[in-house]
Amino acid sequence: MKPRLLHAMALGAALLAPLSWAQVQAVAAPDRPAPVAQTTYTYTLSNGMPLWVRPDRRAPTAVHMVWVRVGSMDEVDGTSGVAHVLEHMMFKGTAKLAPGEFSRRVAALGGRENAFTSKDYTGYFQQIPASRLEDVMQLEADRLVGNRWSDTEFAKELEVVKEERRMRTEDNPRALLHEVLSATALSASPYRRPIVGWMSDLGAMTPQDARDFYKRWYTPANAVVVVAGDVDPEQVRQLADKHYGQLPVQAVPERKPQTEPAQKGLRRVELKAPAEQSYVALAWKVPRLASMGLTSEHGDALALTVLAAVLDGYSGARLDKALAQGDKRLADSVGADNGLMGRGPQFFVLDGVPAKGRSPEALEAALRAQVKKVADEGVTEAELQRVKTQWVASEVYKLDSVFNQARELGVAWALGMPPDSGAQVIARLRQVTAAQVQAVAKKYFGDDELTVAILRPQALPAQPQARRAVPGARH
Amino acid sequence: MKHALKFLKRSVLVCMAAMAWMQAAHAVLPIQQWQQASGARVHLVEAHNIPMVDVQIDLDAGSRRDPINKPGLAALAAGQMASGIRAQAGGTGPYAQALDENQLGEAWADLGANFGASASGDRLSFSLRSLSEADLLDKAARLAARQMAHPAYPQAVWLRDRDKMAAALRESLTRPGTVAQNRFAEAVYGGHPYGWRSTPESLQRIGVTDLQRWHAQVLRPCRAVVSVVGDVTREQADGLVTRLLALWPQGRCEALPAVTEVQALPAAQDIRVPFDSAQAHVLMGQPGYKRDDPDFFALMLGNHILGGGGFTSRLTAQVREQRGLSYSVYSYFSPALHAGAFTVGLQTRPDQAAQALAVARQVVRDFVAQGPTEAELQAAKDNLIGGFALRIDSNRKLLDNVASIAWNRLPLDYLDRWPEQMASVSVDDVRRAFARVLQPDRMVTVVVGGKP
Repeated sequence: MKPRLLHAMALGAALLAPLSWAQVQAVAAPDRPAPVAQTTYTYTLSNGMPLWVRPDRRAPTAVHMVWVRVGSMDEVDGTSGVAHVLEHMMFKGTAKLAPGEFSRRVAALGGRENAFTSKDYTGYFQQIPASRLEDVMQLEADRLVGNRWSDTEFAKELEVVKEERRMRTEDNPRALLHEVLSATALSASPYRRPIVGWMSDLGAMTPQDARDFYKRWYTPANAVVVVAGDVDPEQVRQLADKHYGQLPVQAVPERKPQTEPAQKGLRRVELKAPAEQSYVALAWKVPRLASMGLTSEHGDALALTVLAAVLDGYSGARLDKALAQGDKRLADSVGADNGLMGRGPQFFVLDGVPAKGRSPEALEAALRAQVKKVADEGVTEAELQRVKTQWVASEVYKLDSVFNQARELGVAWALGMPPDSGAQVIARLRQVTAAQVQAVAKKYFGDDELTVAILRPQALPAQPQARRAVPGARH
Repeated sequence: MKHALKFLKRSVLVCMAAMAWMQAAHAVLPIQQWQQASGARVHLVEAHNIPMVDVQIDLDAGSRRDPINKPGLAALAAGQMASGIRAQAGGTGPYAQALDENQLGEAWADLGANFGASASGDRLSFSLRSLSEADLLDKAARLAARQMAHPAYPQAVWLRDRDKMAAALRESLTRPGTVAQNRFAEAVYGGHPYGWRSTPESLQRIGVTDLQRWHAQVLRPCRAVVSVVGDVTREQADGLVTRLLALWPQGRCEALPAVTEVQALPAAQDIRVPFDSAQAHVLMGQPGYKRDDPDFFALMLGNHILGGGGFTSRLTAQVREQRGLSYSVYSYFSPALHAGAFTVGLQTRPDQAAQALAVARQVVRDFVAQGPTEAELQAAKDNLIGGFALRIDSNRKLLDNVASIAWNRLPLDYLDRWPEQMASVSVDDVRRAFARVLQPDRMVTVVVGGKP
């Protein structure tokens, strides 16, 4: 730490920040609102590490993130969950910092922090007063290459992660069903494993497993720095070069393709779990948007996203209207989602909760019939226009959150997309025609690449307390 | 030692930073406030950087005023306002005709705007988010006005949704977390409406006429507390609010009947519910304090240290970091018009429930008995005051703050003085406030799914 510089910056924040904010707020309403600058500045630091900066000067705050292009898909069998366990261990110290000290330092800076792991990437972030950017850069650069902790710390944190799995998955039947669905639909792709890991793999995980994973994947050559907020891009570049640009770099290991073989036949899976309601999910393998390149597969991936929005993108859309309304409704709720982007195979998913007395099989058939209806009759211009209008508005609304702007940049980098891919995707979605939507509805929804998962609800074993009416209410 | 010194120096500077904020007082958040002829109170923060507007309308018609045999009525009636609107007699304009639930959903989607109605314990709230482009915003305001004033409450839709909600409630009772929360609310709030919950049975007692009767009583412009943040001038905001409330019934606003206070607990209560789950859910707490408590800042700061401050709080340190007993462990107060609950919560493997509970209980006892250390107090201030700007750095967060100032009738310079107020809290303030508000020997403890 450099306390002198730090103190000077604290004063600077005190004197300058409110004034600059006042200027922003005091501007009289112009005839046409000045659009917020959405420029992303991209740099390559001295050691080759990329830096993406998105200035947003509305308030004297910033968000600082480091994204590592490593997630659960980069794990191997037997140590599933290690990417996420390592994410936890990154808070447990470095050569310079004791366990928990990272969080104490960020808190002392007035910051908020956390981290997240997905199949594709692992991200670390701090939201801070903009004047504290250098401090968190120093902290984050330190642990990017210097993470270090004892076996005892690992043993304790592993128990925390098991509790996390129990909370998110073991006691959540629909989460369990999706875990089973992925494990059934995929064989060769590492996407088949849960991000949090199988419980048995967590039980058998060693400190060395996490250290090896760290050594293998955590290098500036496999990470990006993303900064958004009240910052000057050139100044950020200088700070980043000082703290990240000097870090040692090692080669990123070759990634095996682990290509999922084509599915040639319907797969079905069932899960029994304590629940009142059944639940059914249908997942079709579909193309993904692997880059912004203009290929027919990419066009199809985008059209599938429009199809999902027409089916379930707004209140009163097709699926709900057809299946979850009226006296004879089949479902209590229904949904549609297209994966679109990711480093691994993507799915188009239809799902729903059958209404009382209705079977999941009946709902399954009805969901498929709705896609067939689009394949046979197409979609209306009004529907198409409606979902596009929503996307245009959402492009404006998303500017309100500096955090979400930074996150969008981080995802784009992790997936190998350009910094403006968010806006580009929206622009491409707006060009999708009704004919393209109809074409993908015809093309991708057969039996052969479909996996169906059904939850069979089981009565809770002998728990009268849980079944009686909630006593909090009046009778 | 070195670190301690650095920390100390930095804290002094943070306090100075707080002072500077204070001096720049009205620059931080210039709130404009006025009252319309209808009696509606309006609070506005202009933010012209993004072409969008957020509006929130709050009314004293939350679920604390639900009839005793119809818990959830306000929330249900608010939710059903999306089920369609009836035709407007003699109305003109784009939305004068009747719209069913799907047509209404399509109309909002076509505007690219979002509108919702909800009820919390205290407030009935309407929220609108729209682009600020004049034509779109005008249409959004007209549609919102119609939806608020003229909900159709169709019988068939209500009966259908009532069935769906009853089924979802039954489903939720198969989860240990829901069971724990219900038992906790019942025990902490006793007979107070804050503790009432809808059940599959209570839903059956609510019919369309209940929704209509409720609706006829609640909308009065003279009770409306309106907050606006976004790309509008004061003049535009005033017109916007006028359009939003134009169709509400005019009427006098006599004082509403007082709602009973939450009663203190006479004794400790230990509730154990057997449950076959992967985790036991543990909740512990009691009635807390009201939002107008003079020790608001001391209690907020103290809870940040106890269990609200994330990775650095005492509960996280003892339960998670040192013992690995839980992924999530926290404490919070719920200050409102009445004394909302103080809640400590965690989830752990069933055989560890007793140990985790004992640790959490000891942490709370120690904190109430001894208060924080000077170092803890300073660390919490560094975080809360240093990070003050993070509380107001988006339109969404500004709206939450402005609506809170408006609803709680806080001074317009409340946010400007926030860092100073926080900085002035002492260790003794926290200890005294916690000793007054919390009684560790008279708390409710709920353990669902624990095993010896």
